[in-house]
Amino acid sequence: MEDTILLSKSLKRVLRPGCWLAVWLPVLISAGCGAQDKPYFVTYSHDLEEPGNLEIETKTALATPDGGNSYGATAMELEYGTRAWWTTELYLDGQATAQDSTIFTGWRLENRIRPLMRDHAVNPVFYVEYENTSGADKTILEVTGHDGQADLAQPNGALRRDHQHEAELKLILSSNVKDWNISENFISEKNLGHAPWEFGYAVGATRPLRSAASGRECTFCAEKFIAGAEGYGGLGDTFALTMRDTSHYIAPLIGWQSPKGARLSFSPGFGLTGTSLARVYRVGLAFEFEQVGNWFHGSHGGGE
Amino acid sequence: MMRRSMAVLLIALSAALAAAAVSSSRWQQVPAVDHARSNPLAGNVEAAAAGALVYREHCQQCHKADAMGDGHKRPALRSERIRSASDGDIEWFLRQGDLGHGMPTWSSLPEAQRWQVVVYLRSIQ
Repeated sequence: MEDTILLSKSLKRVLRPGCWLAVWLPVLISAGCGAQDKPYFVTYSHDLEEPGNLEIETKTALATPDGGNSYGATAMELEYGTRAWWTTELYLDGQATAQDSTIFTGWRLENRIRPLMRDHAVNPVFYVEYENTSGADKTILEVTGHDGQADLAQPNGALRRDHQHEAELKLILSSNVKDWNISENFISEKNLGHAPWEFGYAVGATRPLRSAASGRECTFCAEKFIAGAEGYGGLGDTFALTMRDTSHYIAPLIGWQSPKGARLSFSPGFGLTGTSLARVYRVGLAFEFEQVGNWFHGSHGGGE
Repeated sequence: MMRRSMAVLLIALSAALAAAAVSSSRWQQVPAVDHARSNPLAGNVEAAAAGALVYREHCQQCHKADAMGDGHKRPALRSERIRSASDGDIEWFLRQGDLGHGMPTWSSLPEAQRWQVVVYLRSIQ
């Protein structure tokens, strides 16, 4: 309880106006379109962005590492459906650490490709990402190698001196079974300058609270909520393929789809090992803009 | 010259046959078990209303509010092709999509909502 109060007080200092602007910008400029996604923060399912649509999402992680200051780290995602089988995504990352500084920590460019054109019992997706981030990136969008909370406890000035040019490959396997989504991700990451391949995993399951849609407009009806859980952690590297000396988390998830098109998600994550953060709270906010490609061709394609 | 004309004719004929096969084979790809599935919500007025909302949220952006498509890559859903399909065919196609031609898979929607969309599509034919 004391931890929670302390975290809350620290976050008031941490989440400065710049961060809030980043979080709420999509709301302010939204066209109010619908978005349908699982509330995963780390795990990917085989859902891709609908072709021509642009989704803007912020994922914020709030935590306090042992021996360090509380921080809030936000990744803003711009996700575009290039084709029905191909989604491209740009991440812009930043963080604010209490009693330290607020900094931009880098960008990532990723592509997700579905090689099979139909839905199967297990659906593979290939994920390829290039990251240009600093060591101060604290968004924890994946855990690989021997990642631990000690990496997050140092001052920003020291962390940002470490530049990371990394390639990340994921094999996403995902199934939809009786309204459940079950997803497994195998992650491999390589610092392009040096260092060995690092590995990680993420698994998750979600389900809407009600399957059938209501025949009327509603805000808080059960089908607007999706609940589930995800687990993720590191698997060591090419020198030591192990689940030890790394972080592992389990995190319940809840997502709410507002009638005006915003999607909110929340997840309290719990560290399972000594090297993990004790708790990491995540908040997500997404908006989808329909058929943005048409905006440049003289007609707005978002339904008439 | 004669040989060249024959080649052009054969290519044109093959292309026409291939196009015809693609357009007519969509429902032929549906497994018999799915083709024969009946809609548990068939004829349910509330399901049609719910299906209309699901349609508006997920389908309208491409197929338009009047379900007539854009006359180009996004086909009309008030059509003979839909009328000739069984409920099971349509539910299967929603679930599978056709990624190669721009149609997302909607297996992420709960099955009940896919059937609601089928009821709605039936109601607007």
